[in-house]
Amino acid sequence: MVKVLMEELIDKFQLELVSGEEGVHRNILVSDISRPGLEMAGYFNFYPSDRVQLLGQTELSFITKLDSETRLDRMLQLCTDETPGIIISRGLEVPKELLIASNQTGVPVMRSKLTTTRLSSRLTNYLESRLAPTTAVHGVLVDIYGIGVLITGNSGVGKSETALELVKRGHRLVADDSVEIRQEEEERLVGSAPELIKHLLEIRGLGIINVMTLFGAGAIRAQKEIDLIIHLEIWNSKKMYDRLGMDEETTKIIDVDIPILTVPVRPGRNLAVIIEVAAMNFRLKRMGVNAAQQFSERLNDAIRLGDEEGY
Amino acid sequence: MIEKKVKVQLKTGLQARPAALFVQEANRFTSDVFIEKDGKKVNCKSIMGIMSLAIGSGAEITLIVKGADEEEAMNALEAFISENH
Repeated sequence: MVKVLMEELIDKFQLELVSGEEGVHRNILVSDISRPGLEMAGYFNFYPSDRVQLLGQTELSFITKLDSETRLDRMLQLCTDETPGIIISRGLEVPKELLIASNQTGVPVMRSKLTTTRLSSRLTNYLESRLAPTTAVHGVLVDIYGIGVLITGNSGVGKSETALELVKRGHRLVADDSVEIRQEEEERLVGSAPELIKHLLEIRGLGIINVMTLFGAGAIRAQKEIDLIIHLEIWNSKKMYDRLGMDEETTKIIDVDIPILTVPVRPGRNLAVIIEVAAMNFRLKRMGVNAAQQFSERLNDAIRLGDEEGY
Repeated sequence: MIEKKVKVQLKTGLQARPAALFVQEANRFTSDVFIEKDGKKVNCKSIMGIMSLAIGSGAEITLIVKGADEEEAMNALEAFISENH
């Protein structure tokens, strides 16, 4: 389970820690932000206490209308055991009842100079990307003409060697052997390398090489959206391989369906060129030009014409 | 498929050299072999994957083996990381 510590947000958004220092190690488990407006009015029935709470001008000016006792009571209800923290926006003054509640319960209270809406959207974006579902895949991720191509296949089939040749041809390596994948939005998978092995490539017989120092900064990329999977497998003469390219197969990673091509490997087949062309062809298809489809239509026309002439 | 929780006894943990030997060992078998540590799962036949986990001595990992020779593979790999050398 992915989680973010409150102190990470303090660091990232340069929040000023006002009180409740012992609570900065609290976990944030959800990316939603709560603006407890109705709660300030006393309605705590559906209080989302596990979210980061954001108090802006509206909420703070409302509570000045309450008497001190009610104010303290509501602040105490706001600070539950699972509340990761409370953030005050616009650099507004922190109500002293909130400070009391924070000291009593250990919920950290922070302050930001940003306006509430702006802070809210930036926090949501950041948390969504950090708390996104992730997985790790055995494969190599390369950026080919702007298409993120994930090369998969059994160990020893030649993934890294193919990646090396692709890098040599001017494409960019994202990750070798182990690709960490995050689902950032509904239909978007982003892959990156584990910190420890980024920029590295393992080639049998050579060992571990550093693509960044060998080929320069232009040969690598920190992360890339995955558009296409190329699955390499040893040529199996009994298996049918796609000869036309008219159907599109997909495979699921996390919740996203990604197009997949299975490419058989045999000595003498230049995989780097095949994959490069697959990426270009994929781009072309996305632009609406489908060579296989067009050819098939021409063939159908020719057959129909031949039939008509026959009569 | 067999799954087993193992504690790494190797004194140095899976540093580069032992990791390479471990991967070599895993490649002797036709079964698919995976290691899981802290929710991250990698293929044991890939050295970069193993090294990206930075497995230290005393770390708790899960070995997952699936295939025709899974019993043998599990025994050999478990012996490798349980060895105290």
